[in-house]
Amino acid sequence: MTEFFFNLTWLIPLFPLAAFALIVLWTNRNRLLSTWVAWIGIGLAWILGWTLFFLSGREVHSLTPPGGGHPVPLFSIPTGTTLLRLGFQVDTLTGLMLFMVPFVCLMIFIYSKGYMNYGREDVDPRYSRFFAYISLFACGMLGLVVSDNFVTLLIFWEVMGLCSYLLIGFWFDKSYKDPKRITPKQAGLKAFLTTRIGDALMLAGMLLLYSQTGTLTFREIFREETLHTLATSYAWGQVPWATLCAILIFGGAVGKSAQFPLHVWLPDAMEGPTPVSALIHAATMVSAGVYLVARTFPLFVAVEGGTQLAVVAFIGAFTAFLASTIAVAQNDIKRVLAYSTISQLGYMIAALGLGAYVAAVFHLITHAFFKALLFLGSGSVIHGVEHGHHHAPLHPSPSEGEGHGSEGEFDANDMMNMGGLLRRMPTTGWTFIIGALALTGIFPWAGFWSKDEILADAWRVFTHGGEFGVSMGWGFFVWLLLTAAALLTAFYTGRQIFLTFAGRPRTEAAAHAPESVPSMTWPLVILAAFATVLGLFGTPWANQFYALIGHQAEVMGREIAHGEFNPTVAGISTLVALSGWLIAWLIYGRKPLLVPVDPLEKALGPLYRWLKNKWYVDELYMALVIRPAIALARACYTFDDKIVIDPIVDAVGRFGRWLSEWLKKAVDNPVVDGAVNGVGQVTAWLGEFMRATQTGQVQNYLLVAAVTVLLLLAMFLIRTWGTWSVWLAFLTG
Amino acid sequence: MTLSVSPVIFIVLSATALLGALGVVLSRNLFRAALFLVLSFIGVAGLYILLEVEILAMIQLLIYVGAIAILIIFVIMLSRQLMSPQYRAWNQQRRGGAVVAVMLFAVLAFVLLSVTWPTAEAAVPQDAIARLGRALVAPDQFVLPFEVASVLLLVALVGAVIIAREK
Amino acid sequence: MQVPLSWYLIVAAALFCIGLYGVLSRRNAIAILMGVELMLNAVNVNLLAFWRHGEVARGTLAGQVFAIIVITVAAAEAAVGLALVIAVYRARRTVDVEEVDRMKL
Repeated sequence: MTEFFFNLTWLIPLFPLAAFALIVLWTNRNRLLSTWVAWIGIGLAWILGWTLFFLSGREVHSLTPPGGGHPVPLFSIPTGTTLLRLGFQVDTLTGLMLFMVPFVCLMIFIYSKGYMNYGREDVDPRYSRFFAYISLFACGMLGLVVSDNFVTLLIFWEVMGLCSYLLIGFWFDKSYKDPKRITPKQAGLKAFLTTRIGDALMLAGMLLLYSQTGTLTFREIFREETLHTLATSYAWGQVPWATLCAILIFGGAVGKSAQFPLHVWLPDAMEGPTPVSALIHAATMVSAGVYLVARTFPLFVAVEGGTQLAVVAFIGAFTAFLASTIAVAQNDIKRVLAYSTISQLGYMIAALGLGAYVAAVFHLITHAFFKALLFLGSGSVIHGVEHGHHHAPLHPSPSEGEGHGSEGEFDANDMMNMGGLLRRMPTTGWTFIIGALALTGIFPWAGFWSKDEILADAWRVFTHGGEFGVSMGWGFFVWLLLTAAALLTAFYTGRQIFLTFAGRPRTEAAAHAPESVPSMTWPLVILAAFATVLGLFGTPWANQFYALIGHQAEVMGREIAHGEFNPTVAGISTLVALSGWLIAWLIYGRKPLLVPVDPLEKALGPLYRWLKNKWYVDELYMALVIRPAIALARACYTFDDKIVIDPIVDAVGRFGRWLSEWLKKAVDNPVVDGAVNGVGQVTAWLGEFMRATQTGQVQNYLLVAAVTVLLLLAMFLIRTWGTWSVWLAFLTG
Repeated sequence: MTLSVSPVIFIVLSATALLGALGVVLSRNLFRAALFLVLSFIGVAGLYILLEVEILAMIQLLIYVGAIAILIIFVIMLSRQLMSPQYRAWNQQRRGGAVVAVMLFAVLAFVLLSVTWPTAEAAVPQDAIARLGRALVAPDQFVLPFEVASVLLLVALVGAVIIAREK
Repeated sequence: MQVPLSWYLIVAAALFCIGLYGVLSRRNAIAILMGVELMLNAVNVNLLAFWRHGEVARGTLAGQVFAIIVITVAAAEAAVGLALVIAVYRARRTVDVEEVDRMKL
């Protein structure tokens, strides 16, 4: 029976893919039908996904890798000397992902109906296309998590990249008056190109891995002998292959999960519709990078104390800290969440870098739920404010003019335009608050358990040393940065809550913001429930997550340590979180802002500007990378086109013309014309020649006749007597 | 005639015939050519006598010399061309004609000399003329050609008159 | 000794060729006719030589009769030919055959 369901694994990405195809090909015009097709697609994937999750959970021990997982082979591609075997597998890690991904996707799909204004006159004109894209995306993510080899993983990875581009730039015709504001079209390109850098590194890693092992299937690469070979053979005599490949593959994770230095695309990706932000940039696609590292974890731990884990840990921790500082100075409600996502992903990556495998995956799952909740909530808020803006009375309130926004455009995302929304949108507000509590790690919400486990593991590495040779120093470094990030997280989240929901509305739009439609609020409630309850599955005393995936990294004969409850760490992190909330309340909550001016601006001064401008990383990239690239492109263009290609093309053209003229003179005229004319001339000459024989003179005819007779006689003679004998006989008489 | 003399007589007569013929074709003066023609005819008649067909020698002299040659002379007189200063005797292909004639003679001579002719010598009968006369009119011999030839002659003469008469 | 047959044949062949030369190369129509007469003479010599050296034994007279016919035909042809020459002379004032070439292309 179990066998039967596992053999249906390939259907999971197929359901939403079929939905995509159906919408694109048939139901595009019918919005209701498109919605239901998409819902059914993801719904079926959800049902099958949860089935497989429960089944895999029951069979934990028989499914453990490195050789385990329930393989469902698809087909093999012969590649010269080897065979590329492609297929799907469901082990417990995959099962966990199948628990989270289709369910969150389903929630977001349901939410999207209301968000895209179905049934109203301002329904998005490309409504069906949206559902097609998100269905295709769901196919990509689901295919990714059930892949058992790098090839299909890469394929679905790229599918997601494509959908991210399409969906970020969904409103591709939107433009802003402020030239510095990035448009959705540009944001989509930025996302694609930035992740492309990571993808290139990942591809390089995969190719090197293939060259060393001759296979791309996880099962075969993560065999103990293979890993041992990779760890002990050296590229260029210096670096172990395992380390090199691991770091390169991590490059892909850096890109996709928006870690420093490839994090710049995620905040700008907020230009896309909010369901997209929730789906792709909170719950699923960005966690694909974390999943990638988790999936290839045996490769990362193949070399004892290798640099690869250090790289991972550093980048993760640094990113967590960096992003949380930037979030403090952001006014766009979605951008705060975007930086928050980057930061939380940093947590997960850092955890992996320390070898805290279970903690990282735990946080991945919980983060997906509450971040999706937060994003959907913010979308609901934006929706409400937008509708309030359209229906507000024409005369502005005395507090300010048209509202905070650049150059007179009303920005519904700007928190400075909000305020007091808890009263106007209670469901949205309370679910948002629940999400915030989960995010900031307040007991007993989910974030507390997962974040705390990471911090506890970091502390343990610091005090006891880590498995896999991770040094204590890294443990401390990670713990410190993550704790600082936790403080900031609590602060900016609190800031967000107070600015948005507390106090009094700062604009007319906020004052008239309606609560969202049920198709939007119900997903919020459901996700909030999960955000509350989910953490309880990962408590240190009954850690289901450990039970499920703790054996994943049973490589080299080592186990991941069972996380124990550390009251010190828990206490510190709770204190830190509460402090953050307190500071936020002091600044923003006690005396709710009446004017859209952030007091932090004055307080921090130039530091505020530094943070608000994202540490000027974008500008740095622009100067160091983009401008030189464009200049180089221009130089190449000038060289190629003006100096090389144009002259060549012109020369070819000139040569062609000269050739044709020469051919005409040398060939066409003498030969072809000559032939044609020649035929005529020969005929004429022959005619003249023949005519000469018709002289009209009888004696001429007679002469010809005489000659003919002579010849005939001669022939006859020769035939009878032979040539020489004729001559001889004649000469001798 | 004694047998040893006949080759000599033959040579003399054939020389006459041939030299006369050469004179015909090589004389620029047409009248002289006609006279040479007469000489040639006489030579041929002599050859006929040597061949012991005297009747034909007579016929030859009578008709060829007496009629045809005279007729030719008459026409030469009538045409009066030989008097003009631009009179050209030969045409453009005289050399080609000469070559052909010589070569033809060579070939014919070769053939004639190579072949052993099935000859049968016998004496000419006494009444040869009577036989000839009978042959010409005998129904089982040559009466038909004889009659046809006479018709031909008639037609030719009538035709000649018609062609040559003044309009 | 009798004159051998082949001598007569050689003479006939020579006579024929001389006549042929005359036919081929003379401009004057009458001269051409004279050449034709020579050729016919040669034929006759041939015929009679063959009769004398062959047929006499058999008693047939074909050679003689044929020779007579040839002479007849020669006469007829000479008459007609000369009549034509006169007719042409009257029409064209010329007896030069090279000038009578209306049948050319």
